[in-house]
Amino acid sequence: MPQEIKSLLSLFGGQFISSQETYGKSPFWILSIPSEDIARNLMKRTVCAKSIFELWGHGKSPEELYNSLKNYPVEKMVPFLHSDSTYKIKIHTFNKTLTQEEKVKRIDALAFLPFEGKVNLKKPQHIFSILEDYGLDPNCIPENPHNIYFGRWIADGQRELIESYSVKKRHFIGNTSMDAGLSFIMANHGKVKENDIVFDPFVGTGGLLIASAHFGAYVYGTDIDYNTVHGLGKASRKNQKWRGPDENIRANLRQYGLEKYYLDVLVSDASKPSWRKGTYFDAIITDPPYGIRESTRRTGSQKEIPKGMEKCPESHVPVSLSYHLSDMFFDLLNFAAETLVLGGRLVYWLPVYTPEYTEEMVPWHPCLKLISNCEQKLSSHTSRRLITMEKVKKFENRDQYSHLLSDHFLPYQGHNSFREKYFSGVTKRIAKEEKSSQE
Amino acid sequence: MKLLTHNLLSSHVRGVGPRGFPLRLQATEVRISPVEFNPDFVARMIPKLHLVEVPKGPIEGYEHDEKFLRQMHHVLLEVDVLEGTLQCPESGRLFPISRGIPNMLLSDEETET
Repeated sequence: MPQEIKSLLSLFGGQFISSQETYGKSPFWILSIPSEDIARNLMKRTVCAKSIFELWGHGKSPEELYNSLKNYPVEKMVPFLHSDSTYKIKIHTFNKTLTQEEKVKRIDALAFLPFEGKVNLKKPQHIFSILEDYGLDPNCIPENPHNIYFGRWIADGQRELIESYSVKKRHFIGNTSMDAGLSFIMANHGKVKENDIVFDPFVGTGGLLIASAHFGAYVYGTDIDYNTVHGLGKASRKNQKWRGPDENIRANLRQYGLEKYYLDVLVSDASKPSWRKGTYFDAIITDPPYGIRESTRRTGSQKEIPKGMEKCPESHVPVSLSYHLSDMFFDLLNFAAETLVLGGRLVYWLPVYTPEYTEEMVPWHPCLKLISNCEQKLSSHTSRRLITMEKVKKFENRDQYSHLLSDHFLPYQGHNSFREKYFSGVTKRIAKEEKSSQE
Repeated sequence: MKLLTHNLLSSHVRGVGPRGFPLRLQATEVRISPVEFNPDFVARMIPKLHLVEVPKGPIEGYEHDEKFLRQMHHVLLEVDVLEGTLQCPESGRLFPISRGIPNMLLSDEETET
């Protein structure tokens, strides 16, 4: 996802400059980055990017590659090729396998480069790579690569975080715990850095906080569900009946050695926050409930109880099941505008009914600038969009109402029935399947 | 609940407004949990606090005063209220703290519209 890289580059003082148009489809991107330091910092954070190289040449054929290399300034090569250094050349081919013989041939073809150092296959000082791109279709592998690149390897990304923080190994999970990779991407979109304070108003089991804590931020969470926050009740893991004593958000952070970043979690209604007036949060990173697997709720009134609403015995406060989605995002954006520091980011998932989605539906606020909007498909007719916003204007009270007058607010109202639309699709499909199985 | 959090919380009972801070804290069970000292983080938090007892604010150059920062670190981050109550100074409404977690839920009737 280019958006993750853009956010990280702005965190480290770089800028996203890409001359390619099709980088969205190709696994290779050519970027201009001001310094190697920035490139290294980028790779210490990204879970999307696998590796980064200093590009010395590229082309659509071996000849083009060699010409390109001959045009690369020798003074830029020399520091890494001098006689005291050790090196190794690797080949990566994407979507094709080469024989050992073919690989050696390609490496030998680069003999014209002024390599003066010694080859060391075990622990070289410098690693150079030939990257051959054979496209994305495993059923249609071309004879020759579309693109060939040659460069000096700088660093690898953080993909292994996805495995080490996997939800499968986590002590405390819920029905909708966020996939580890996505939670790191969200923290990167949020430009989370050391000593930040990050807040999740729909914290659930705390998965999103873990990623922020990993990057050195101190974390707060709130949730309306008393049992989830306390780690009580039925466990979400299969074959487990009740949650153990060590299953709660604090324990999750402890599992990864991140307990020192735990500030507090509170039982609280995100639509009625309890924070003293002020700007405390460097980032708000959250996955609000969509009303499908977890209900959307807010505290209600005594009058609503007879309708069979859930009553939370511990809190003695009636909790209503009908919190309209558009109201929830209105509250979330307003809350972010009020409590984020200037330049702080709000990162959240917005569920959409795809057939009716238009960009105008994305909730907006005069204090928040839309940075990115990325889609992830959920089903044939629903998806969710990862929205990233940045606070660019100080919050004055009147901002709370001015955007109500805008058309932007009204289209999302239709999504209030997201739950019905989601299920209507499912019901139709089941009916269709039953019909066809009878024929 | 850490005392840092207590300093950031306010009652949102209807009609109370800024008089909802600070919540009166009554602790029945407190635990001291050591947390790694991070002077940069503590220094960052100081300006966000509402220091009611110190009208002039913290002394100049506090960011480099390690002794001061360590004291603040201990008070803000290492004192954990496990059981107790927070009370709205204006309305008297109680918010319980159990297992270290405050419960700030209010019903519709009690909150501002």
